Amino acid sequence: MPIHDSPVTRQRPSYGLRAKDRRRDTIMKYVITASAFGAIAVIVLIFVFIGREALPVITSAEVHEEVTLKGMVTPVEWRATKPKTYIWQPVSEVPKYSLFPLLLGSLKATFVAILFATPFAVGAAMYSSEFAPRRAREIIKPVIEMLAGIPSVVLGFFALIVMAGWLKDAFDWKYRLNATSAGIALGIAVIPIIFTVAEEALRAVPRQYREAALALGASPWQIARRIVLPAAAPGIFAAVALGFGRAIGETMIVLMASGNAATWTLPLTDSVRTMSATVAAEMAEVVNGSAHYHVLFFIGALLFILTFLINLVGELYVGRLKRRLTGSAG
Amino acid sequence: MADPTTIQRPDTAQSEPREFLARKSRWKRFLSPLPILTGFLAACVVAMLVIILWNVIAGGIGRLTWEFLSGAPTHGMAEGGIFPAIFGTVFLVILMTIAVIPLGVATAVYLRYYARPDAWFSRAVRVAVNNLAGVPAIVFGLFGLGFFIQFVGKGIDNTFFGGTLTFGQPAIIWASLTLALLTLPVVIVATEEAMRSLPNDYLEASYALGATRWQTISRVVIPNSMTGILTGGILAVSRGAGEVAPIMFTGAAYFLPYLPKKLNDQFMELGYHVYVMSTQSPDVEATLPVLYSTVLVLLLLTFALNALAVLIRYRLRGRQAV
Repeated sequence: MPIHDSPVTRQRPSYGLRAKDRRRDTIMKYVITASAFGAIAVIVLIFVFIGREALPVITSAEVHEEVTLKGMVTPVEWRATKPKTYIWQPVSEVPKYSLFPLLLGSLKATFVAILFATPFAVGAAMYSSEFAPRRAREIIKPVIEMLAGIPSVVLGFFALIVMAGWLKDAFDWKYRLNATSAGIALGIAVIPIIFTVAEEALRAVPRQYREAALALGASPWQIARRIVLPAAAPGIFAAVALGFGRAIGETMIVLMASGNAATWTLPLTDSVRTMSATVAAEMAEVVNGSAHYHVLFFIGALLFILTFLINLVGELYVGRLKRRLTGSAG
Repeated sequence: MADPTTIQRPDTAQSEPREFLARKSRWKRFLSPLPILTGFLAACVVAMLVIILWNVIAGGIGRLTWEFLSGAPTHGMAEGGIFPAIFGTVFLVILMTIAVIPLGVATAVYLRYYARPDAWFSRAVRVAVNNLAGVPAIVFGLFGLGFFIQFVGKGIDNTFFGGTLTFGQPAIIWASLTLALLTLPVVIVATEEAMRSLPNDYLEASYALGATRWQTISRVVIPNSMTGILTGGILAVSRGAGEVAPIMFTGAAYFLPYLPKKLNDQFMELGYHVYVMSTQSPDVEATLPVLYSTVLVLLLLTFALNALAVLIRYRLRGRQAV
């Protein structure tokens, strides 16, 4: 019986010998319950207070003089001679607030990050859970933990000062700081989370599956490819989804290494400005209560909702995996 | 080794099926692509860490002197030390710890000893904690600005200071509270893990003596979970010391000629200092040596804290096994 189901840990009458102790017990029960409620309150407050500062973008007439919701999603005129396009240029005579360059920037950097991180993280997780001799595993685990412990500003520094130069020389890129160089650093940052969730999923595959395959004469790598990988697939999907959620919200790396130019172009070797980096870079200089200020909060709210949904999907798949494996393993 | 349920093969001493099969297809296993490929990928991950560490250590070790750690930046940050940033970071994480430990421990206690695990409220708390762990750091920064500074701080100013700008501006207290919310899940998870390893006998003994639930928690559960709480606190500090996005507009400053003394002072911080030096410096080449050493200090600080947490957890697991 799991300990938290034990009747002893919970649900007991107050045996307190003195009335004072019983009273204190009751008070502390409410204090502790209130603290736990705090965790819920924080999530709600984040939603409410970011929403409160973001809402004027939709409701305030004052803000609408400068920017409307429609103006954020429709192309704007840049120069009379050129076709209308999507521009993020909040500080100019005619401020332009197209969100699409920022969204595209976030997606490009995140896309590179996931493309870079997934093979390494899932491969290493598979090696660690299926093939690695114990000594190799004792190296991989701490390495992943150390990688997870590197502050993102340090990875940003490394990408900006060191790695971007290497990559530019190696691939002869036009811009030193671009979506790919930032994306690779971002990928290094999300390898630990993808590895951890993927490895947990691979390990959750019941031993009976492997033993049954082994009994049929399968080799270890046949087992890994035909049995373990398909069984753990939802977990690996969840790992990638959680990595995606982490990458799209990550700020310091993209702020430092992406070039921060809000471009509306497709090549992955162009500089980009992501949503998170835009908020970080512009919030410090913006006038409190201005249209720009509210738009930045609006971007923050979008980021919050986006990561919230992605994490929800990830958790859903983790749960599905657990049900599937424990259900069929009986 | 010999498992009575497997069929004994007369020609082998070891009857473990895995080993028998492995021997039969050793050449095949050796040549099979998946172990080699995944092993190579794992080695690549190790190599990434080594390259980053090597680079930072090689670039930063030269300047790591006592003068560097104890002096203030000079010559537009190209010379001098980083003491104000170290001081600010320590001050920040101490305030953060004071805020996050009670809240995190109380929530963990609730989840473990008060809530029924299947009740909607405790499920909601769990979902909230999980989601809190996934909220981007920059969103916490916005929240700190929108809630702590614009709402709480301005409210305090209007109520107690007659509208004079005192707490309604970026300050170390708001930055540390923002970080406390960010690191709350870390503390909750570590504390819960420690409480899970606590034998039920302890509780039963305490109740048998007529103690109330709160007496049991305050005198038996919490003292015996101290190592776990400590681990959570250290991990939270390590995480908090490295986060820059939440403090960028809640209190961190580019440069200050004085150290923060009051709760509503601004402060310098190591991670933010790294960001400022690598992106806002007029002459990046000149600040590079100082920058490298600052990164090294930050990295050493977070790694040392993480190592400490691992060590304590290791001891905790030892106790659990006994």
